[in-house]
Amino acid sequence: MAIQIALVVVIGALAYGAAFNVAQNLARAHIASGFGFWNNTAGFDISQTLIAYSASTSTFGRAFWVGLLNTLLVAAIGIVLATVLGVVIGIARLSRNWLVARLAGGYVELIRNVPLLLQLLFWYNAVLKSLPLLRGSVALPGGAILNNRGLFLPRPAFGLDFSAFLTALLAGIFGALVLHNLARRRRERTGAETPVIGPALGLIIGLPLIVFVLAGSPVTFSMPQIGRFNVSGGIEILPEFAALVFALSVYTAAFIAEVVRAGILSVSGGQTEAAHALGLRSGATLRLVIFPQAMRVIIPPLTSQYLNLIKNSSLAVAIGYPDLVQVFAGSVLNITGQAVEVIALTMAVYLAISLFTSLLMNLCARSAAIAER
Amino acid sequence: MNRLAPAIALAMAFALAAQSASAQTLAAVKDRGELICGANGTLAGFGMPDPQGNWTGLDVDFCRAIAAAIFNDPTKVKFVPLTAKDRFTALQSGEIDVLSRNTTWTLSRDTSLGLDFAAITFFDGQGFMVRKALKVSSALELNDASVCVQQGTTSELNLADYFRSNYMSVKTVVFATGDEALKAYESGRCDAYTTDSSGLYGERLQLAEPSQHVVLPEIISKEPLSPAVRHGDNQWTDIVRWTHFVMLDAEELGVNKGNVDAKLKSDDPEIRRLLGVEGQYGEALGLTNDWAYRIVKSVGNYGESFERNVGQGSPLKIVRGLNALWTKGGLQYGPPIR
Repeated sequence: MAIQIALVVVIGALAYGAAFNVAQNLARAHIASGFGFWNNTAGFDISQTLIAYSASTSTFGRAFWVGLLNTLLVAAIGIVLATVLGVVIGIARLSRNWLVARLAGGYVELIRNVPLLLQLLFWYNAVLKSLPLLRGSVALPGGAILNNRGLFLPRPAFGLDFSAFLTALLAGIFGALVLHNLARRRRERTGAETPVIGPALGLIIGLPLIVFVLAGSPVTFSMPQIGRFNVSGGIEILPEFAALVFALSVYTAAFIAEVVRAGILSVSGGQTEAAHALGLRSGATLRLVIFPQAMRVIIPPLTSQYLNLIKNSSLAVAIGYPDLVQVFAGSVLNITGQAVEVIALTMAVYLAISLFTSLLMNLCARSAAIAER
Repeated sequence: MNRLAPAIALAMAFALAAQSASAQTLAAVKDRGELICGANGTLAGFGMPDPQGNWTGLDVDFCRAIAAAIFNDPTKVKFVPLTAKDRFTALQSGEIDVLSRNTTWTLSRDTSLGLDFAAITFFDGQGFMVRKALKVSSALELNDASVCVQQGTTSELNLADYFRSNYMSVKTVVFATGDEALKAYESGRCDAYTTDSSGLYGERLQLAEPSQHVVLPEIISKEPLSPAVRHGDNQWTDIVRWTHFVMLDAEELGVNKGNVDAKLKSDDPEIRRLLGVEGQYGEALGLTNDWAYRIVKSVGNYGESFERNVGQGSPLKIVRGLNALWTKGGLQYGPPIR
């Protein structure tokens, strides 16, 4: 114990000494230090901003948040897509269908053995080169436009009664949950199945739809328009964003597939046989018997894959997607010249995101643990 | 975190400690036996290795001139290729002795980065390049266009300013290196590519079909390009600054690579002082008195270096313009040696 306390004190002293040394050397070299730049006007543009941002009025601090949100957006969408794709491929690898299993195996071996940066550059150039120029834009059904500047979707603008629509949607979801609970209780009591999916979907989709129509359809779409140089209006999905999300998902999915496969194989074959003996079909066996047990093995390595994906999103800098590293540790660092502060903050942010993700996954792992009775 | 933070802080502390130790840059360079020069690496005419691996360019020649002044050997330079994003950190941390990489002198860079800018070696301005097929003849027609630009440059900031002050909107696509930005422009991701106009001419030649692209006439900014050194080592700053000035003075006095030996016997007192025949000017800098002779003998005067790298003797064919001597209507003006 005494040794541990002494070690903590030594480490603390070292940290303090290092920080002091940095501050002193910065002052001696006449390099500005501190976060005084935070509220200064940024003066540079960012191609994708989820919150209001303008080069002329926004601050470096605002640019930091824009970059952070762009990173979180890529990470969140990437994690969802990678998980879905990874689970499907992991299961496919165990398929009794020879072709499906081999294709899934080939995918995993090909993708996880090529460096991610190369894949990213490949997809980015593939996206850019294969998409048409502005003049040859592809008009998609519903008014969407696709060209090498991105995918442009109609942007819905809701009228005043949008709150009623939202209330109806929430009510629909709540109703569906109640229905689900009632059906489960009835099954536990009588053993009879009640169809839930249909009525639930009716509630979730139908209820808001009725309100929507009754309120006089309070929605207008701002359609993307082809201008002289660019498409204006609508929701813009940049090719950099698409390439980054795609590359990250495809790459991480290969690892997740292996994690899922290992998890499923960790559940003993007797479980499957027992489930079949009870009359469960293959799908139900996988869903109700195998997966809940496999989750205990899957979640810890899955967490690592999620963390990898989040950290790998910083490769965005190679293809010009404005993530945290590109905007903050790139443009802001270079304009202010304050490398120590900017890099330290960027590292702290990645650490915080990763720790938060780990925390969530640990909670998931706890709920998947065997309930001791 | 407990274990990580001190490691990070320590790494930074060491990086910065290394720099304060090398405050006497000239002595450090002499001890080392070579000059370490931060250069561009990908910009034709300014800093780029040729196919044989020999570095050439105006900024490169400048470092060779410093090496010639110190060692009487223009080859005693190690060039470190730097991106716009990394250049200042490399200089601050002491990794390089001088940054000679088409860098714009601005107030904030001069005051808050711990640097000093020595002398303007090239008067530049920012321009735009577009495809001929767009049929755009002025940058003012670029409202709503997508523009590719390199990150961490004054170009990135000027671009936003220019469109704002002309009430136009712009979609900026930012890349970490000039190469990536240019490639994205070539693939059609952007309508225009912007950087210093000197760079535009060089980079246009790197495109697959240079004749399909045109540089627009507008120059939207002042870009005084200057070598930079660490703040606080005045002797070293003087050496770097006067390296440029003696190259200008040599051109003004008609001293060049070919006639410098003959000029040693000149009666002109200005030439005699320049070449160290009279006076102790080199020793005052911590060098030898024939330091300017060495520079002109091995690299040439400013005009020779200009024409060889970016002017009529090069594929870029940039006219002297603002970079002509003050006697020829330009801005290049070497203070007197006395």
